[in-house]
This record gives sequence, C-alpha cells and structure tokens, in this order.
Amino acid sequence: MDSAASPSTVPSIVLEAGRASSHYWRDLWRYRELAGFLAWRDVKVRYKQASLGIAWAILQPAVQTVLLTFVFGKLAKMPDGGVPYPLIVMCGLLPWQLFTAAFNGAGGSLVGNSHLISKVYFPRLIVPISALAVALVDFGIMLAIAVPVVFFFGIVPGWQVLFLPVFVLLALVIAFGAGLWISALTVRFRDFRFITPFILQIGMFVSPVGYRTDFLPNWREWLALNPLAGVVDGVRWSLLGGQTPLHYPALVISVAAGLVLLLSGVWYFRRVERQFADII
Amino acid sequence: MSLPAIEVSDLSKRYVIEHESRHDNLRDQLHHTARKLWRRARWGTGFEREEFWALRDVSFSIQPGEVVGIIGRNGAGKSTLLKILSRITEPTSGKVAIRGRVASLLEVGTGFHPDLTGRENVFLNGAILGMSRAEIRAKFDEIVAFAEVERFLDTPVKRYSSGMYVRLAFAVAAHLEPEILIVDEVLAVGDASFQKKCLGKLQDVTRREGRTVLFVSHNLSVVSGLCARSLWLHQGQIAGLGPTNEVIGNYYQSGAQRLGEVVLAADDPKAGNERARLRSVRVLSEGNVTTEVRMDREVVVEYDFDLLTEADTATSSIHLHDKQGVWVLCSGPKPTRLAPGRHRHAVTFPARFLNDGLYTIGVAVVTNGNRIEFLKPEVIGFNVNEEARSLGEYTGIINGCIRPELPWTTRPLASP
Repeated sequence: MDSAASPSTVPSIVLEAGRASSHYWRDLWRYRELAGFLAWRDVKVRYKQASLGIAWAILQPAVQTVLLTFVFGKLAKMPDGGVPYPLIVMCGLLPWQLFTAAFNGAGGSLVGNSHLISKVYFPRLIVPISALAVALVDFGIMLAIAVPVVFFFGIVPGWQVLFLPVFVLLALVIAFGAGLWISALTVRFRDFRFITPFILQIGMFVSPVGYRTDFLPNWREWLALNPLAGVVDGVRWSLLGGQTPLHYPALVISVAAGLVLLLSGVWYFRRVERQFADII
Repeated sequence: MSLPAIEVSDLSKRYVIEHESRHDNLRDQLHHTARKLWRRARWGTGFEREEFWALRDVSFSIQPGEVVGIIGRNGAGKSTLLKILSRITEPTSGKVAIRGRVASLLEVGTGFHPDLTGRENVFLNGAILGMSRAEIRAKFDEIVAFAEVERFLDTPVKRYSSGMYVRLAFAVAAHLEPEILIVDEVLAVGDASFQKKCLGKLQDVTRREGRTVLFVSHNLSVVSGLCARSLWLHQGQIAGLGPTNEVIGNYYQSGAQRLGEVVLAADDPKAGNERARLRSVRVLSEGNVTTEVRMDREVVVEYDFDLLTEADTATSSIHLHDKQGVWVLCSGPKPTRLAPGRHRHAVTFPARFLNDGLYTIGVAVVTNGNRIEFLKPEVIGFNVNEEARSLGEYTGIINGCIRPELPWTTRPLASP
C-alpha cells in the first residue's frame, strides 16, 4: 500500500492527556467545510420545516419594526431628529437581530449538536462557528429587504455604507465571544440556557434599538457601557448615510468588549472542550 | 517491519463519579459547593469521590493492514478505548500514537437529519465523517449504488424504511478512505443480506486495500470471521490478545462462561421477561461440558428455562450462527402444553454435521404459537475442531456453514 510504504507522508498524531491542542488550529482549518455543512443544514432544515419558509425571516422583524415604532415613536414620542421613525427602528433591529441569532445560536450550539460531539471527532469550535454563519444568512436576507425600504423613505446611503461590514463583524465578534462562554457553560450547567433569553430581553431595551442615543445626553454615556450600543449606532449611521451620528466612546467600548469576550471565550472553550464528550 | 499503525502505551481513562449525583444545574452546584465547604470546614473532608477506571494501563500495538477485533462484556472499556482512539475523549494518562488518517464509525448515520433528503444527508454525513466536498462528490454515485436507494435520493430520510436508512448511512461510511478504520457494533442493524454486503465491503477494505481496522462487535462469530487477531478487554484491562479463535475460546471459558456453561443473570432483559426466563445454557460433548468439540463427535446443546405463566402451548428454539455471522438454522421441539416451572430442553447435532470453526447459539422461548417471549442472541459458543485429515485428502479450507456427511455414490463407468 502506498500509505504504508511512505511513512513520512502519513499524518501521525500522538494522543496524551492534556495534549489535545497540538494540532488544533490546523484541524480547525481542515474541518472548515464542516462548519459550512452544519450551517447549510440548519438553514435548509429551518426553511423546510416551516411552510411559510423564508417569509418568517421577514415577518418577525417587520412586525417588530411596526411595534417598536409605535411604542417609542408614537407613545413615548422619542425625538427622531428628522429621520423617519420606522427607519430608526429598522436599522436598529438589523444589528440586534444579527446579534440575537448569532448569540442564541452559538450559545445553544453544543448542546444542540450533542449527538455529534459524543460520536465524532472534530474541533468543537466548528459548532459555534457554524451558528454564526446561519445568523449571517438571516442577516443577509433581512438586509436585502431593508435596503429598498431605506430608499423608499428617500434616504440614499453614502460612503458610510462601506463601513457596514466592520460593524457586522463587530456584532459577530461580541456574539461569538459571549456565545462561546454560554455554550461551554451550558454543557456543564444546563441552566445557562435560561440565561440567554434573559440577557436578550434586557439587551433589547438597553441597546438603542428603538431610539437614538444622541438625544439622550444624560443617558448616553451609561448606555454606551453596553457593548452593543456602539454596534447598533454604527449600523444605523452607515445605512442612513450618516443622518444619525456615531458615538465614539461607545464604539471603543464595543471593540474592547468584543476582543475581551472573544479571547476569554476561546480560552475558556478550549480549556473545557476536551471534557465535552464525557459530560454532555 | 514498518512502524505500528496504532501504538497504545499504558493508556488509562478515569471517570469520577461524585456521590451526591451530578450537578447539572447551577443551583445544585452552588448548593453542593456550599455543603462541601461546610463539610470540609467541619470534618476536613469533602464528599467522597468514587473513581472509576474505564481503562487501566492498556498497552498494545497494531501493524498497518491488520484487522483486530475487540471483544468483552458491556462496560469492559471497549467503547472508551474506541472513543479515545477516535479523539472524542482524552485519556487520563498514557499515550497513543496513531500513524495514518483515522475514520471512526461509532454509530451508523451520525448526524443524519430526518428532514433532509438522501442526497443532502450523504453530503452532510460525509462531511461529518471527515470527507471533503470534492471527495463526496467523486464517490457520490458509488455510495448511492451501494446503498440501493437511487429512486429515493430526493425523499427526506424520515420517510425511509429503517433498512434503507441504515444502508445509506453505512454506504457513506464504507466509502471513507482512511488508513485506519474504527468500527463499533454498527452491523447490529440492518437486514441480513445487507449485513453480509457490509461485511463483504469491510473484507474488501481490509484485504484488498490493506487498511487497518479495529472492529468491535458482540457478534463473536463475525469477529472471528473478520479479524485475525483480537483484543479482549475485561474491566478496563487486557485479558487476552492474540489469534482470534484462541482469544474467543478463552473468553468463552472465562468467569461465568467457564467450560461451556453460561448461567444467566436473573435481570438480563434480553434473556427473559415476566412470562419466561432463560436460566442456563451448556454445550456438551461426550458427556462433558466444554467449548471445544470434535467434528466427529455429537454436540449437545442443553438449556434450562423457567416458564412463569400459564400458556396454551410453549416451546423453545436455538438459533445457530457460523463464524461469518450466517444464520445457519433455527430448531426447536414441537410446541406442547407446558406447566409453569423449570424446563430443560436439549438438542443433539450429529457428528460430521457442522463445519469447523466457531459457532454461536441463541436461545428463544415462544408461547401460544407466535409470541416470542425473548431471544437471547449468542448466549454461548463452541469451537468445532476437525481431526487431522487422512493422507491424500484435500488440505485446503472447506467452505460452507455446515459440512454434513452425505451419502455419495461413486462407480467407474466402462469407457465407450
């Protein structure tokens, strides 16, 4: 056999306690297609199971937009600064939905794929990464619908839109970092599942999804402590041609928090990963 | 000799069972931690932690191209060993060196999604088992043909019969091209003809393509047909390693299965229910309980069972498998009215009826015509040994599930 004849080309590994890491990043790269396949599975299954299919991806944010416009714009009469209120809400919901889907998906991904984890080897980071891809697909659909709406209200996005990918990446980094913590902790303590909806419920209101922060001078600095505030402001700024301002302190906090969450999340995930199969 | 494909040295795996159960939720964990601290403060000890060694100082090596069976009872550490070799879990101590790409098949159809079609699942499952998209595409037609599901490729697999499902799942796995293949008990499912096909494929893989295979099965006759060498694990340690027939022979003779007699546990769910229960099974040759029998002697299989209920009629049957896993025959006495209580049934295989090699026996009890109370598969096994063939006889392997002596006639014909 050719494989036996040339031992130098045969990949060889050594398994030892505490040495799982030796090929980790190389394996992660080798298994990158699996992340794609898992994401493809999740997207496909979702739209197969729901007879309305893709309509759900649109319906939910549409209803939310109307509802939040009514609550913040009409009832609370928050200032709009000349921007149509539905646009303020819609451009706030976009990054928020992205974060929700990515955070929720990544957080529940390990337990959701426990049958794979106990039966097959692959770098476990693949699982939460695939959840990000699913969130990104949903975001793409929503964005494709949101852009014509922006034009419909007579706003033409400017050069600011070029920065949209940066904010999307930032939202994903924050969601991924936090999701890694939750997913790894959920394997050990199943009640972390209940923490996710809790965080999201509070987050929805402390993030400037339904309102502009630049008209809340007393609150603005406090709200900026939420890492998502900078992201939500940023997406709104880039989609609405700069009609709403960026808030730089919030952005700095977003970037810093994102990096801290990402690095610590990967660290913790890697630390407990090798026990997943034993306790999941 | 080349470097071993798998080299395991002093491998151990410990699981910790904490008395006080597991703490799956945070509240319990906090509560538990608080109590532990309290106990430690008061008595200087925490909760007792019971250690369980699923594997203990296991060492062996496997050469490239070898096919090795792993046998042992439930809980002997077989699955743990495979999980470590498959990199699903880490060893507690010791070392494993693996030379070659590993694919492991611990379950048929891992990751199959019921809502996806056959076609989609082939790609998904292939990716999960470590194939690249290009590899799957290249083998796709072959996989589908092997599974015989061409017509249902675009049907969600939830609508598949269980046979089709297993066929498709095995087909994907069978087309992996690793240097080392790890297979766990996956042939326990599927119909007999497909099982045979899978075994054939596995044999191809190992003989023609020279791959290293580690094979776990409870079907000892399959292990003996497929694997030249076997590893017997007992309570996490190696109890035997060597030629399969030798290891299996020792396995049958060990512990409760000593000397051709098996006494069944009273709570074995496969050996009975509330209506009937198998107690013991023996193999006898020339009046002695044994696992080694001669081909030119009769073999008696005898078993005791309890009938625990009134039944109109009751009977039992034996199910004989050969070393290839072929179901040779079923046989049982005529059903009669049996009183509740213990019964002994015995059957005699005539001399020169069975072929040489390993056979396994399963036992079933059937009441009221069609009600199968239980079927305990492979409850006991025995090895048929052929005496030395006389001079001038064919010396090669004589194939077949059985080798009965049949009435032949031979006569010379006058040449025309």
